[in-house]
Amino acid sequence: MQWLNVILQGVLIGGLYAMFAAGLSLIFGVMRLVNIAHGDLIVLAAYVALLVTQALGVDPLTSLLLVVPIMAIIGYALQRGLLNYTLGDDLLPPFLVTFGLSIIIQNGLLELFTADSRKLQAGAIEIQTFEVMQGVWIGVLPLIQFAVAVAVIAGLQVLFYKTALGRAFRATSDDQAVAQLMGLDTRHVFAMAMALSLAVIAIAGVFLAVRTNFDPAIGPARLIFGFEAVIIGGLGNMWGTLVGGVILGVSQAIGAQINPGWQLLAGHLAFLAILALRPQGLFPKVSG
Amino acid sequence: MSQGKYQAEHATHSSRIGVTLIGATFVVLALAPFWGDRQTLRLLAEIFTFVALASLWNLLAGYAGLVSVGQQAFVGLGGYLLFALVILLDVHPIAAILIAGPIGALVAVPVATLIFRLRGAYFAIGTWVVAEVFRLLASQISALGGGSGISLPAAVVIAMAPSRQLREFETYWLALALTGAVLGAIVALLRSRHGLALTAIRDNEVAAQSNGIDVTRIKFIVYMLTGFGTAMIGALIFLMKLRISPDTAFSVNDWTAFVIFITVIGGIGRIEGPIIGTIVFFMLRQALADLGSLYLLMMGAVAIVVMLWAPKGLWGLIAERFGWQALPLQRYLVLAPKTEQPGGKP
Repeated sequence: MQWLNVILQGVLIGGLYAMFAAGLSLIFGVMRLVNIAHGDLIVLAAYVALLVTQALGVDPLTSLLLVVPIMAIIGYALQRGLLNYTLGDDLLPPFLVTFGLSIIIQNGLLELFTADSRKLQAGAIEIQTFEVMQGVWIGVLPLIQFAVAVAVIAGLQVLFYKTALGRAFRATSDDQAVAQLMGLDTRHVFAMAMALSLAVIAIAGVFLAVRTNFDPAIGPARLIFGFEAVIIGGLGNMWGTLVGGVILGVSQAIGAQINPGWQLLAGHLAFLAILALRPQGLFPKVSG
Repeated sequence: MSQGKYQAEHATHSSRIGVTLIGATFVVLALAPFWGDRQTLRLLAEIFTFVALASLWNLLAGYAGLVSVGQQAFVGLGGYLLFALVILLDVHPIAAILIAGPIGALVAVPVATLIFRLRGAYFAIGTWVVAEVFRLLASQISALGGGSGISLPAAVVIAMAPSRQLREFETYWLALALTGAVLGAIVALLRSRHGLALTAIRDNEVAAQSNGIDVTRIKFIVYMLTGFGTAMIGALIFLMKLRISPDTAFSVNDWTAFVIFITVIGGIGRIEGPIIGTIVFFMLRQALADLGSLYLLMMGAVAIVVMLWAPKGLWGLIAERFGWQALPLQRYLVLAPKTEQPGGKP
């Protein structure tokens, strides 16, 4: 029973990791950009939510109505104003610029909010649980978080394959030059992809902030979790990121159950094992 | 014009001046214990270690195209090897530094086998995961202080030299010698035929491959060599610090972010870049250190600006404007026996 509980908690936290991964996977798919500042943007979203909840007195889940558009606008501006200038054949410019951005966000947040850890208070819902079967309990909030993760990924999937914007994403991903010839403004398409990525980041950031304490320095670890989920699931596969996130979450939960010091280690080792045995990930779609 | 044989030459006018200047600087630096105070020696030794780390990262990222954000794995490995060898096996600290090198190269083999499966920026994050694994493993070693770290026993430190002053001279010269050795090895590598292959990979990987260069093999070797050098420098750094903990040993900010900024600002893909970058970095640090986190924020901004407007860094601007090279690395075809100085491209 105890192990069933552990695995179940791992699966539910996996939904959060899948949301970290989905935004990363999305922009890599569209423009082959790996955003090193991804984790720090998640933390930024958490702080934006903190400001919104404090200023308006709303609960964290309602604050999403504001946090998501704010982050999406930041994403659009970031891509149009900065990241579009780094794209090209060379790997270094986007890497180094997003790396610099990561340092800027971390230290900017440190200046503004100090290194104190914060947390979003969601009220009574945080501790509500229900018993699924004898001795197995599920928290309401983790369950909502997992359901939201599934909805986000399903939504991205529909957007990619059923809408005009999704068609533009796929066309640009396949061949940027031809997409341009067909009348697509790739700068705008890239910016829309980044806006969407940051909208997902906003949701992930709010759930992260409700679940645990956060401070300006925790971004890089979130980037690593997201990245591991992407690679485990297989590059370019949205549902794969969910499986990757769940595998990562379950490995961490099992590791933590054996020895608290092994929580992160177990997750990293699961990732390295997949890399050794199946380097293309479990469900690959594009070659990296 | 078409008569006579051509031969390849490395040296140019500027590189002869450069080598003379570097030689003179080296002599002045070697004599630093006689003209500098303790503070200066400490600062210089720290500068040397950063020159070495940045040069090694430059070899990896600038030449072999292996952009790593996980070199702190080898810095920390070297540091922990020093402490393990000295505390657990009674090895002399200097011997421990020399042993850390080969072990670093050895550890690089399985690491490379695994993470070479990832490409581009995903490779970068993969190296980071490896460094995290190293950090988490180090915090599990209770014989070396676990998560809170450990100091080098006073007896070992005292045994290094008869007096404190002599010990400080010793570590200073050690830092200078190791950094000189790292730079010398990189120059020798770049002047060899493997260096030509590396330069070709830097300029265009596909073209290099089509000319028969075994790109993967060269990258593997470069990764091992950087592991060797970085572990050795890591051991040296923690001999100077006298204390180690998982968080300082495997710090991504100290051993990778700073090193990347240094290389990018100085000029990536050129041997002179990391040296110029380190000088600029330390000048900025001395001037702006009081600003705390704002200082790091500015470093990030400077790196972005340099990457967007001067992607070849400060030395790249100088080299392209004046055609200078401080070290004889490029190859020029000249007519033999008349060795005229061509001003143009190789």
